[in-house]
Amino acid sequence: MSNRVLILYAHPSTHRSEINRPLFEASCQVNHVTAVDLYAEYPSFRIDIDLEQQRLRDHDVICFMFPLYWYSTPAILKEWQDLVLEYGFAYGADGRELTGKKFICVLSAGGAESAYQASGLNRFTLPELLQPLEQTANLTGMTYLPPYALFGARTAKEDGKLSDHVLEWLLWLGEFSKPDFNFDALRQYDLLKLARDHVMEVTP
Amino acid sequence: MTGYLLHAFVYLCAAVIAVPIAKRLGLGSVLGYLVAGVVIGPVLGFVGQETATIQHFAEFGVVMMLFLVGLELEPKMLWAMKHRLLGLGGLQVTLSTLVFSGCALYWGIAWQTAVAIGLLLSLSSTAIVLQTFNEKGLSKTDGGRSSFSVLLFQDIAVIPMLAVIPLLAIPELLETSQQVAQDSHGDSLSLVAHLTGWHYALVVVGAIAAIIASGRFLSRHLFHFIAASGLREVFTAAALMLVIGVATLMGLIGLSPALGTFLAGVVLANSDFRHELEANVEPFKGLLLGLFFITVGAGIQFSVLVDEFAIVIGITLAVISIKAAILFVLALIFKVRSSDGWLLALSLSQAGEFGFVLINFTVGNHVLPPEYAQILSLVVALSMFLTPGLFILYDRLILPRYQQQSNAAEQDVPDSQGQVIIAGVGRFGQIVNRLLVANDIPTVVLDAQAGQVDLLRNINIKSYFGDATRPELLETVGIDEASLFVVAIDNKIQAVELVTYLKHAHPHLKILARAFDRGHSYELEQAGADVIISETYYSALAAGEKALSLSGIHPFRAQHLAQSFVEIEQSHHQELYESWQQGQVNGETFARYREIFKQLQAALDEGMEGDRLDGHSDSERGWTPPPKGYIDKL
Repeated sequence: MSNRVLILYAHPSTHRSEINRPLFEASCQVNHVTAVDLYAEYPSFRIDIDLEQQRLRDHDVICFMFPLYWYSTPAILKEWQDLVLEYGFAYGADGRELTGKKFICVLSAGGAESAYQASGLNRFTLPELLQPLEQTANLTGMTYLPPYALFGARTAKEDGKLSDHVLEWLLWLGEFSKPDFNFDALRQYDLLKLARDHVMEVTP
Repeated sequence: MTGYLLHAFVYLCAAVIAVPIAKRLGLGSVLGYLVAGVVIGPVLGFVGQETATIQHFAEFGVVMMLFLVGLELEPKMLWAMKHRLLGLGGLQVTLSTLVFSGCALYWGIAWQTAVAIGLLLSLSSTAIVLQTFNEKGLSKTDGGRSSFSVLLFQDIAVIPMLAVIPLLAIPELLETSQQVAQDSHGDSLSLVAHLTGWHYALVVVGAIAAIIASGRFLSRHLFHFIAASGLREVFTAAALMLVIGVATLMGLIGLSPALGTFLAGVVLANSDFRHELEANVEPFKGLLLGLFFITVGAGIQFSVLVDEFAIVIGITLAVISIKAAILFVLALIFKVRSSDGWLLALSLSQAGEFGFVLINFTVGNHVLPPEYAQILSLVVALSMFLTPGLFILYDRLILPRYQQQSNAAEQDVPDSQGQVIIAGVGRFGQIVNRLLVANDIPTVVLDAQAGQVDLLRNINIKSYFGDATRPELLETVGIDEASLFVVAIDNKIQAVELVTYLKHAHPHLKILARAFDRGHSYELEQAGADVIISETYYSALAAGEKALSLSGIHPFRAQHLAQSFVEIEQSHHQELYESWQQGQVNGETFARYREIFKQLQAALDEGMEGDRLDGHSDSERGWTPPPKGYIDKL
């Protein structure tokens, strides 16, 4: 059985999105992928907890797709976590529904990669900034995968980086759905760098 | 009397049989009418003698069509097309006249006659072309607009032609054509026959000014007065009166009635009553135009066709190819590109109904010998007959080639949004409209109360007077291009009927309906509305939420309680709806419905107050802390 991938996409002004929307729309076309636009589904933030929990049960790979806002997710993804990852469902004495699932963040960041360094403007690396999400994954028993990130997102389109970025992500999606894909091995690597090698292999 | 009825029956019968068949075969209604005419005329001989008389009557269809065309064209648009109107139209008429006159001269025809032949063959058929454009939805294409400019120029050019042709009279023809002159198209009723040129010009200018002034300033009050009566047939009568009045006025001062009504249409194009007028005139136009095409078919003289077969066919094909070639070259010069250039060339390559008028007129004025007239009439009729074939050629051969190209090129462009039609702009529909318009979504707004339309006009919201439950009116406001229909009319029963009709006739439309109360919302749902908003539900809910917070409940919690209320209601919706339906079918006194409504109330009470076993409350899932001491069990 193939792995089923759930993409929870959050962009509060999706009509202005240059990176995440193309990525999301491309993902919608892939088999074994359920792609949810959270801001479209819950324009007034009234999240249907039962529906969201059932979605989590039905999928093996959980993916947050978003632009980095103040070193974190957009508000609705935080709301989603607060409401859906309930005691007794995601954690706690009987809360084991997420155990064994994989968790990945697919995000875009405005700053260049060099800004996300101890010596850079943002003083922390991206994996460091995402530690709350990493720990959420740990506590709920999910395998945390390194983020698939696009730096310098404001000019990525003009720089011609967008199409490669989308293509590489689609390749990863294809890999994720393979039943024997080794997620644990992936935890060691920088996903972006790995993607480039991967694309080199696939495209002549 | 019975004779007239019999003829009417034969004509209508032929149309009713032939046109649907032609449509089904993809040939367009015009060809259907033409064939119907041929069958009842030359083939079966049911009709024939009276076609000339009926044709004069049926030409009124062309007059009405130009009125409708005028209604679609605001003066601004007309001004914007002036280059094509004068350039493209002017060159087409001039070049065609020169070439055809030249050919006639070459064949040894007297120069006066040659000029007349050139003039009458340079005209195209407004009736066939515009009707076909409408049917095929080509009016808004570049080719359609260019064709329209040319047709408009031709219709205007008829006036100077009618002035020039009498000067070409050939004395030898005078005696031979005496009797034909009696039958000519020229009206005997004229107010201006005795006037000198200078006075005549004054009269013409005065008449046109009168049309513009009364269209601008008087028509509104007249239509308001009629609309207030609420009698639909009086509005129809007024619309007909307007068209016939203007046409008569034009006839009396010797101008083209079609041109006059076109002008009246343009003047009224900005009116709030525009779509209602259109809807009223449209059916008459359709019938009369149909009649006109039938008479063209019925008027084909088979005996002449058989005798002069080679000549008639030869001239017809020559006319079509020469005009198409001239138009194609002009299309290149005027940058009417790709498929649009072909459309222009093919659609206008026939001779037109004004050709018949001019033939009669030239014979009457001793310019054209009657034997030529017979052949030319056939040429004009046959070229009109062949036009639908050219459109088929365009559809099947030319369009597909260009479509593939343009599809490949325009893949990145997102589909443009269809417009939204809003029926009823009282206190409810108005807000919907304002939100849409503020966000640049095109709307067409209809209201059956002229006063309401006025109110909106005062705050610069464009809306039209009209009863949205009339299918003809919906056609004229462009329901085929609409993607969403908002039903916000006050009459509950009409609203349900409108939704039923829309779902039936335009299944592609999304329908958003405003419901008066719960029962009405179920009726609208049954009728097929996609989204139903009960008019007071959400405002009452907002009031309830405010009441909660004024009672001391934290505003954020009050909002969530209100939302839970909605959700619990929605979860019981299907059940309630079905029991309502059963009540409808069985004629029960809603006993069961009332029972279920009570259950809903109980569910609400429970859902809003009761806590779940695990300590979570339904109404505020989330933000509830885990149980005390949970950390020890982690």
